[in-house]
Amino acid sequence: MSIATAFEIMLAAVLLGLGIWTIVVRETFSATVGFVAYGLLVALIWVRLDAADVALTEAAIGGGLSGVLLLGAAARLRDAEPMAEAAPGKLLRATAAALSVLTTATLAGTVLLLPDPAPSLAPASVANAWATGLSNPVTNVLMAFRAMDTMLEKVVLVLAIVGVWSLAPDSAWGGRPGPRHRADPYGVLAFLARLLSPVGIVVGIYVFWTGANHPGGAFQGGAILASMWLLATMAGLADAPPVSSRPLRLILVAGSGLFLIVGLAGLLFGAAFLSYAPALAKPLILGIEVAMVLTIATTLGLLLSGAPERSAEPWAP
Amino acid sequence: MPAPATLLATTADGHLLVLSIVVPVAGVLLSFVLSERYVRQIALAVMPVGAAIAMAILLALPRGDGFIVYLLGAWSPPLGVALRADGLSAVMLAATAIIICAVGVYAAADSPPAAGSRRVPFAFWVLLMAIWAALNTIFVGGDLFTLYVALELLTFAAVPLVSLEGRADTLRAALRYLLFALVGSVFYLMGTALLYGLYGTLDILLLSHRVSAEPGVLIAAALMTSGLLAKTALFPLHLWLPPAHAGAPAAASAILSGLVVKGSFFILLRLWFDVLLALPGFAAAQILATLGAGAIVVGSIVALRQDRLKLLVAYSTLAQIGYLFLLFPLALDGQGRLDTGPALAGGLIQAISHATAKAAMFMAVGSIYAGLGHDRITGIGGTARALPLSVMTFALAGFALMGLQPGGASLAKELLLLETARTGQWWWAGALQFGGMFTAAYVLLVLVHALSPPDQPVALAARPRRGSDLAALALALCSLLLGLLPWQPYLPIPYALESKLFGVESLVKSLITVLGGTALAILLSPWPHPLVGTMAWKDLARVLGPFRRAGLGLGGLVERGDRVLRQWPVAGICMLAVTVLLAASMFGAD
Repeated sequence: MSIATAFEIMLAAVLLGLGIWTIVVRETFSATVGFVAYGLLVALIWVRLDAADVALTEAAIGGGLSGVLLLGAAARLRDAEPMAEAAPGKLLRATAAALSVLTTATLAGTVLLLPDPAPSLAPASVANAWATGLSNPVTNVLMAFRAMDTMLEKVVLVLAIVGVWSLAPDSAWGGRPGPRHRADPYGVLAFLARLLSPVGIVVGIYVFWTGANHPGGAFQGGAILASMWLLATMAGLADAPPVSSRPLRLILVAGSGLFLIVGLAGLLFGAAFLSYAPALAKPLILGIEVAMVLTIATTLGLLLSGAPERSAEPWAP
Repeated sequence: MPAPATLLATTADGHLLVLSIVVPVAGVLLSFVLSERYVRQIALAVMPVGAAIAMAILLALPRGDGFIVYLLGAWSPPLGVALRADGLSAVMLAATAIIICAVGVYAAADSPPAAGSRRVPFAFWVLLMAIWAALNTIFVGGDLFTLYVALELLTFAAVPLVSLEGRADTLRAALRYLLFALVGSVFYLMGTALLYGLYGTLDILLLSHRVSAEPGVLIAAALMTSGLLAKTALFPLHLWLPPAHAGAPAAASAILSGLVVKGSFFILLRLWFDVLLALPGFAAAQILATLGAGAIVVGSIVALRQDRLKLLVAYSTLAQIGYLFLLFPLALDGQGRLDTGPALAGGLIQAISHATAKAAMFMAVGSIYAGLGHDRITGIGGTARALPLSVMTFALAGFALMGLQPGGASLAKELLLLETARTGQWWWAGALQFGGMFTAAYVLLVLVHALSPPDQPVALAARPRRGSDLAALALALCSLLLGLLPWQPYLPIPYALESKLFGVESLVKSLITVLGGTALAILLSPWPHPLVGTMAWKDLARVLGPFRRAGLGLGGLVERGDRVLRQWPVAGICMLAVTVLLAASMFGAD
C-alpha cells in the first residue's frame, strides 16, 4: 500500500466520521463548524480525483461562503434553539436509518458498476478547443459547448437575489441589506481585513484569469472576491449598497445580460445562438467572463448580506 | 420516430425555440435593471410577443414533419446542446402562453396589487416572466442537464411567489417548498450523473437509442422519477403543496397550481416516453398510477373537509395531479413497455385542462376573497348574487375539471377509458370515474354554498374588478372548450373519437358524474347543508344518517393520515420508500 493510498483511505474515513458527527451533534453551531470542515475535506478529495476546478468551487462555496451563511443563521437561531420540535419516535428513526442505509448502499454499488473507463466527452471537448482558443476544457464546456446552461444558471443567480430581497419588509424595500457591522477600527478584524483584502483580490482575479487555460474561472474567482468584500463589510470598512441602486442592478445582470447579447448577435450575424466567430471567440468569451466574475462576486456577497433591512441613507460614523 | 440524423441538425424555424426562451429571460433582466417603475409595462410587452412566438411554433410544427430542432452554438450533441420541439412541446408552449397572459391581465387589472408596496409587484412580475422562461426551456430542452437547469430556474422563481405576502406562515410554507423541492433536485441530479457515467451523453435523443435495461439505468430511473415526483407533489410527497398554494396571492397561486407542477410532470413524461423506453415499465407504471389513485382519494376527501376555499382548491390540485399519473399503466403496449399513444395524449390534455381550469379557479377564489374579506366556505352564501362573474368562473372551471362536455377533461377521460379497454386494465377505469365524481363533489359543494341565500346581507369589502374577472372567465371558457380543438396534428388521437363528444351516451355519463359527486359531497363533507332547515332535507337526513356518520368518520381518519404524511420525518421516509419501491419493482420485472 503506497502512502497516497493510505492517505486517501484516511481522508475518506475522516470525511465519513465528520459527516456523521455533523448530523449527530445537537448544537447548530458545532454542526456548522463540522460542515465547513467537511466541505474543505471534500475539496481535498476532488483534488485527489484530478478535478481541480471542482475542488476550487467546493472550497469556495461549500466550505467558505455556505459556512459563513450557516454561521450567521446559527447565531440568529441560538436564542430559539430550546424551542426546536420534539425528536421523532424510535420507530420513525429506525425506518429512516434503514432506508438511508439501503439507498446509500445501492448508490455505492451502482457507482462501482459504472463502466471503466467511463464514456466521456472530455476528449471531444479537448479536440474542439480550436473553436475558442482557450485551452481549459472545463471553461470551453461552460462558455461554448454548453453555454446555454451557464447562461441560464446566471439567470438563476438573479432570481436568487430577487427571492432574498422579496423577504424584506415593505418599509425597508430599496434600502441596504443586512445589519450594519461595527467593529473596532483598530481591532484584529479590521487589521485582518486591511491586510487580507488586497491579497485576496489579487488571488481572486488571478484564479479567474488563469481559468482560460488552467483550472479556475469566473465562479471560483468570483467567490474569492465575494469573501473579500464580506470580510471588509464585517470589519465595518465597507457597507452594502442600497438595493435600489441602478449601478448595482446593472452589475447584477451584467453576466447574464452580456451573455444574452452575445448569444443574440450570434443568432443574427453568426452561425447560431450562442455561437462565436472563431476569430472573435476568445475576446468575446473573456469579455463575458469579466462581466460574470463581477456579477458572481456581487451576487454571492449580497446573498450573504440578506434582505434589505435599513434605509438607503449612508451610515455616518 | 424519425431517424436520429434528421433530429441532429437545425431545422427551419428552429430559431423560434431560442426566442421562446430568450424573450422572457430578456424581460426578467430588463425589468430587474429598470426597477419597479417599468416592471409591469415590460411584462405586459413581453406577453404578446411570447404568445406570438408560441403560436408561431404551433403553426410551424406541422410544416416541419412534426418536429423543430435547434442546435445551440451550432454544436451538435453529444458535445453541444439541442433544443427540440415535438407535438407535446408545442401544445404545452401554447397553453402556458395563454395562461400566463390571462394571469398577467388578471394581475394588471388588480392595480395597485398591494397598495403602498413596491416590493410585491416588482417580485411578482419578474418571477412571472422567469417562470415562463423556465417552463419554455423545459418544454423544448433536448438535454437532461439543460432540463435540470430549467427545473432550478422554475423552483427559484416559484418559491418566492409563495411568500410574497410576507406573513410568518407563508414564509414557513415557502421554506418547506424550497427544501423539499431541493431534495427532489438532488435526486434528479444523481440520476442524471449516473446516466452520464453510463452512456457519456445526456442528449435525450441519443440516450433513447443507447439506453438498455441495465442495473445502473434502473437506479437512475428510480432516483430521477422520485425526485420529479417530489417536485410535482404526487401523494405521499405532497407535504409542501397545500400551504404553499393556499398561502400565495391569488395570481401567484394560479401560476403555481396551474403551471409550475406541470413543469416537473412534463420532464417525467419526457423521461419515461423518450429516454427510458427500453425499460420494463409495467411495475413502475402500476406504482405511479396507484400513488395517483391514492392522491385522488386522499386529496378529494381532505378537500371536502376544508373550511377555506383556497385550501379546498389547493387540495383539489393534489387530487388532480394524481389523476394525471393514471396515464402511465394505460400507455403500456403488449410487451409491457410504454408507448406514445392515446393514453399519453389523454394525460397531456388532462394536464392542460387542469392548468387552465385551476388557474381560473384560483383567480375566481382570489376575487371572492378580495370581495368578502374572507374565504370560509360556510360564509359564502349570497356570493353568487354579489360576485356573479367570480362564481360563474368557478362553476365553468369546475364543470370543465369534472369532465363535462366539451371540456378538455372529458376528452382526456374518453381517451384514457379507451385505453383501459384496450389494455384490459378495468380497475383504472374505476379510478378515472371516481376521480370525476370526487371533482364534481367539491365543485358542487362550493357552488351550493355560493348559491344559497346569505344569513345576513353580503357587504363587499372591495368592489369586483371587471378586467380581472373577465380574464379568469376567459380562461375557464378556454378549459371548457378544449375538447373541441383540433389536437390531431400534435397528439396521437384516434380520429373516431371526436364524433362521440355529443350524444345521449355522453349526457348519461355526465349525469352519473354529477349524481355521484352529489352523493359523495353529502356523505363526506362535514359542513351543514344550506338547506338543512327544510322538510325534504330532514327526511333525507334520516335515511342517510348512518351512512353520513360512517363517511365523516372515514374522512376524519383520512385527514389525520394526511396530517401525519405532511410531517418532515414521514415525508422524508416516504421519499426514500418511493425510490426504493420503484427500483425494486423494476429489478423484479427485469
